[in-house]
Amino acid sequence: MRASCVALARRALRNAFRKPQFLAPLVLFPTLFLAVNVGGLERTTSLEGFPEVDGFLDFQLAAAITQSLLLGGVSAGIAAALDIEGGFFDRLVASPTPRLAIVLGRVLAASVIAALQVIYFLVLGAIFGASIQGGVLGVLCVLAIGTVAGTGFGALGVMIALRARNASTVQGIFPLVFVVLFVSSAFFPANLLSAPADVIAVYNPLSYIADGMRQPIAFGNELAPLLEGLAAAAGVALAATGLSLLALRGRLRRS
Amino acid sequence: MLVTLLRPTGGHARVAGFDVADQPAEVRRRIGVALQDAALDPLMTGSELIELQATLHGIAPRKVRARGAELIERVGLSQAADRRVGTYSGGMRRRLDLAMALIHEPEVLFLDEPTTGLDPTSRLTLWEEVRRLRDEGTTVFLTTQYLEEADQLADRLGIIAEGRIVAGGTPAQLKAEIGTPHLDLVLADRSDLGAAREVVAPLGDHRPTTEGCHLSIGLEHGASDIAPILRALDDAGFAVAELELKQPTLDDVFLAKTGEHLEGAAEPEPAPEAELV
Repeated sequence: MRASCVALARRALRNAFRKPQFLAPLVLFPTLFLAVNVGGLERTTSLEGFPEVDGFLDFQLAAAITQSLLLGGVSAGIAAALDIEGGFFDRLVASPTPRLAIVLGRVLAASVIAALQVIYFLVLGAIFGASIQGGVLGVLCVLAIGTVAGTGFGALGVMIALRARNASTVQGIFPLVFVVLFVSSAFFPANLLSAPADVIAVYNPLSYIADGMRQPIAFGNELAPLLEGLAAAAGVALAATGLSLLALRGRLRRS
Repeated sequence: MLVTLLRPTGGHARVAGFDVADQPAEVRRRIGVALQDAALDPLMTGSELIELQATLHGIAPRKVRARGAELIERVGLSQAADRRVGTYSGGMRRRLDLAMALIHEPEVLFLDEPTTGLDPTSRLTLWEEVRRLRDEGTTVFLTTQYLEEADQLADRLGIIAEGRIVAGGTPAQLKAEIGTPHLDLVLADRSDLGAAREVVAPLGDHRPTTEGCHLSIGLEHGASDIAPILRALDDAGFAVAELELKQPTLDDVFLAKTGEHLEGAAEPEPAPEAELV
């Protein structure tokens, strides 16, 4: 089981790096968004109720990471759907490898890519002047929350692929990424959002994931937001992995 | 269903001694499968794919590379092993697919239309490999729409039409079931056809038929009937320009058993879905 899982994760990673279309959107879109937001909305930090930060980049970095991780989930889903469309999934199913490994291999690859995404944005932020208030420990906290959240988003993508069975449907959830992000506190503090976004943001796990990563970057290592972020990420990861395993079971039962 | 990709809606089937519905994992351990579309990952190299397949089949990591290299060599892909599969030709993909299906030395090998779309050379190479596997003791379960392929490779064959087996046996048995060989003659003078037909009528199994400038005679005792027919024609003064002994083909068997031609054959109307097994 472990060998199959690792082998399938290695394959997913290798393919992601061999096909730039898989990886490029994960960093390009959020980087552009980050540049536009930081460049054009810097004065937002002067709004009443906006938390005190060294710069808008410090605040926005966590939003860019969250957005990138969500796009990573879409990308993992598209890759899984392409396996189904191309018949490679059937090859896996016809082999004696445990079914669990088919999902977990893909999810494990999503975790590794998520960690790389977090590192990319932290380096980018550092280059453009963001200060990581939490120091090395803070970086590790961001990495932990981001990797666990990315795992969850990857599992969600796989779940949608198993249900939809085609890449274009999975690609269709791309705009939803922006919707769920804008009704969270990822881009702006929840207290500055208008109704009903402010209410939705309270129940949106992305708020806690983004705030959890933002805490060590912009404010320092305060335990409560970090734990909330980690718990939200772990909750998403567990629920999404469970749902994707159910989707696999359902798909195999239907076939 | 036999390779456990689909769940049966009824009935029972056993592969390598295990029930496909109740013991699918046992079945999967004992079978190799090369699907119709050779679903290979175009981004991976041949070596990577075969090593992945080996891992999925639980082959010990220290043996994976050696076993992969052995099979890659066996199917003649050593030179292309480190190239991405996306650059392979159709024949190379099929051979790689076959190598992957053999990675764990399966008891039963399922090949789903393995030569569809291949050029004649690639087809012959694959036929050779299938014969070799059969000779080594692997049970090969091959589906094909090419009747010649079934004739060349199958020890036993079944004809499926509209989801049901309509005939089964060895190719020779099936051909024997539908009739005797025929002698096709072309006379030097077409105007002799009618008279020549009367001459040979008592000598053949069936009433001789004339079509165009051809005279077709059923041979009750096979090739041994040819000499008397030619002698009778010669004695009657008819000159034979061409002759051909025609054995019943699986095409004739298929036609007789299903009442239809295979898709793409001479029939102008679309034929029902049918496969040879």
